[in-house]
Amino acid sequence: MSTNNLDQLYRSVIMDHYKNPRNKGVLEENNVTIDMNNPTCGDVIHLTLKVEDGIVRDAKFEGEGCSISMASASMMTQIIKNKDIETATKYAHIFSDMMLGKEVDDSVDLGDIEALSGVAKFPARIKCATLAWKAMEKGVGEDSKE
Amino acid sequence: MLSKEIRKHFPILDQEINGHPLVYLDSAATSQKPQQVIDALNDYYKFDNANVHRGVHTLGNRATDHYEGAREKVRKFINAKSTQEIIFMRGTTTALNTVAQSYGRANVGEGDEIVITHMEHHSNIIPWQQLAKEKGAVLKYVDLEDDGTILLDKVREAVTDRTKIVSIMYVSNVLGTMNPIKEITEIAHAHGAVMVVDGAQAAPHLKLDVQDLDCDFLAFSGHKMCGPTGIGVLYGKKELLNNMEPVEFGGEMIDFVGLYESTWKELPWKFEGGTPIIAGAIGLGAAIDFLEEIGLDQIERHEHQLAAIAMEKMSAIEGLTIYGPKDPGARAGIVTFNLGNVHPHDVATVLDMNGIAVRAGHHCAQPLMKRLECSATARASFYVYNTEEDVDRLVEGLRIAKEYFE
Repeated sequence: MSTNNLDQLYRSVIMDHYKNPRNKGVLEENNVTIDMNNPTCGDVIHLTLKVEDGIVRDAKFEGEGCSISMASASMMTQIIKNKDIETATKYAHIFSDMMLGKEVDDSVDLGDIEALSGVAKFPARIKCATLAWKAMEKGVGEDSKE
Repeated sequence: MLSKEIRKHFPILDQEINGHPLVYLDSAATSQKPQQVIDALNDYYKFDNANVHRGVHTLGNRATDHYEGAREKVRKFINAKSTQEIIFMRGTTTALNTVAQSYGRANVGEGDEIVITHMEHHSNIIPWQQLAKEKGAVLKYVDLEDDGTILLDKVREAVTDRTKIVSIMYVSNVLGTMNPIKEITEIAHAHGAVMVVDGAQAAPHLKLDVQDLDCDFLAFSGHKMCGPTGIGVLYGKKELLNNMEPVEFGGEMIDFVGLYESTWKELPWKFEGGTPIIAGAIGLGAAIDFLEEIGLDQIERHEHQLAAIAMEKMSAIEGLTIYGPKDPGARAGIVTFNLGNVHPHDVATVLDMNGIAVRAGHHCAQPLMKRLECSATARASFYVYNTEEDVDRLVEGLRIAKEYFE
């Protein structure tokens, strides 16, 4: 048995976010709260956002789920901070395309998120990765174009 | 232990998954199919396909003989008194819903009680939730002991003279617990309630005898017992079924049809509206032949042995928790577990990368997960084709997962 194939999915950046999640907790001064779950597997996320003048000033999450879902939530909160809603939503759309294995706009710097692109090859895990993003999109009031 | 030769009857098992020989440990979700079941389906479509109960032609007669022949096999398999008590349906879910909608609607009123347990599968919870809401009835849950068993005293506390229906799974799809159905049936009957048995995880694994159990209804699915998907069985006592209204109306189930009134065929056909699941029933019949050739007693013993070996070897992994009865003799071949803080999805992915198929998630038993205080678990389930080597592969895979994530 080997772990080579596993490294395609569980890249070190993902494991780092899983073991040391950024923005974990509940934002006391929030004006947006979203609870979402994945009914097929029981993953849950509790996302709190502080949105002012169309800008996501702060974001925190709590939840229960696998490494992919929790790492994805950590990365999501990291990248949307201090972005306007339009940009945050754009990231969600790019992320969704990435999960579908589509070509993504390479002019956008995805940072750590790029590490999750391998999930597209694991169809059973795509819903794990998208949970936090769906919660965020719902929170900022934009429906995904999906 | 059963012979390793049995494995050769299952062509699907002879393949590599992600570069490793397949170890299939998800039979509680659906079992694999032996060649003779695949052949039965193939032969039916190749040589005998026709609609049943209406053709004057030879193929129609052949199809009818095979279809009704499968019903007789099911009757013998569960030791029912008559084939009139064997109704073919899509699966356990449809069968339980039929009891709720037909018997339940006619017999449960405001303030009456329906008793189930905390370990039930969603398909033995929601039909009763819906019925209770519609009728203003009370849905009561029997709590579990910490080892995942049900105490008869707690059933006695829950069941009262207001109880109209007791519906309990024979074997838990999560804990592997084998429930004392015969004793629970006695308690239900002492209060005038009917006993409904969810037999989805029992029919594949142990000898069923509805006359000995004395249950009023029994539901099970073909696909978990080497048969095809889309076929299941509702057994009901004739005197109850005779007084029940069909849930689906249309062709095949009618006697005389007038402009404003119609009458129904006799049992079991009044519950089989539309063209029935002919190929599925024939496939289920072939699956029963296969299981009976091995012997249900042998299958049950094989699973106890595999569960015992798995529990012993898995317990040696530090941080691994196994849910359900500690005594392998008290459980079917189902071992549900968590590997320390490693999420079951991650465990299942690591195992899959090593060719091992297990289930991860809530197993359609969210109330039970809540009771066990975990959001998800991983489950290895064993069947006739599994071997001790499969257990060893699982344990090796779990060690890899643990190392990788810790």
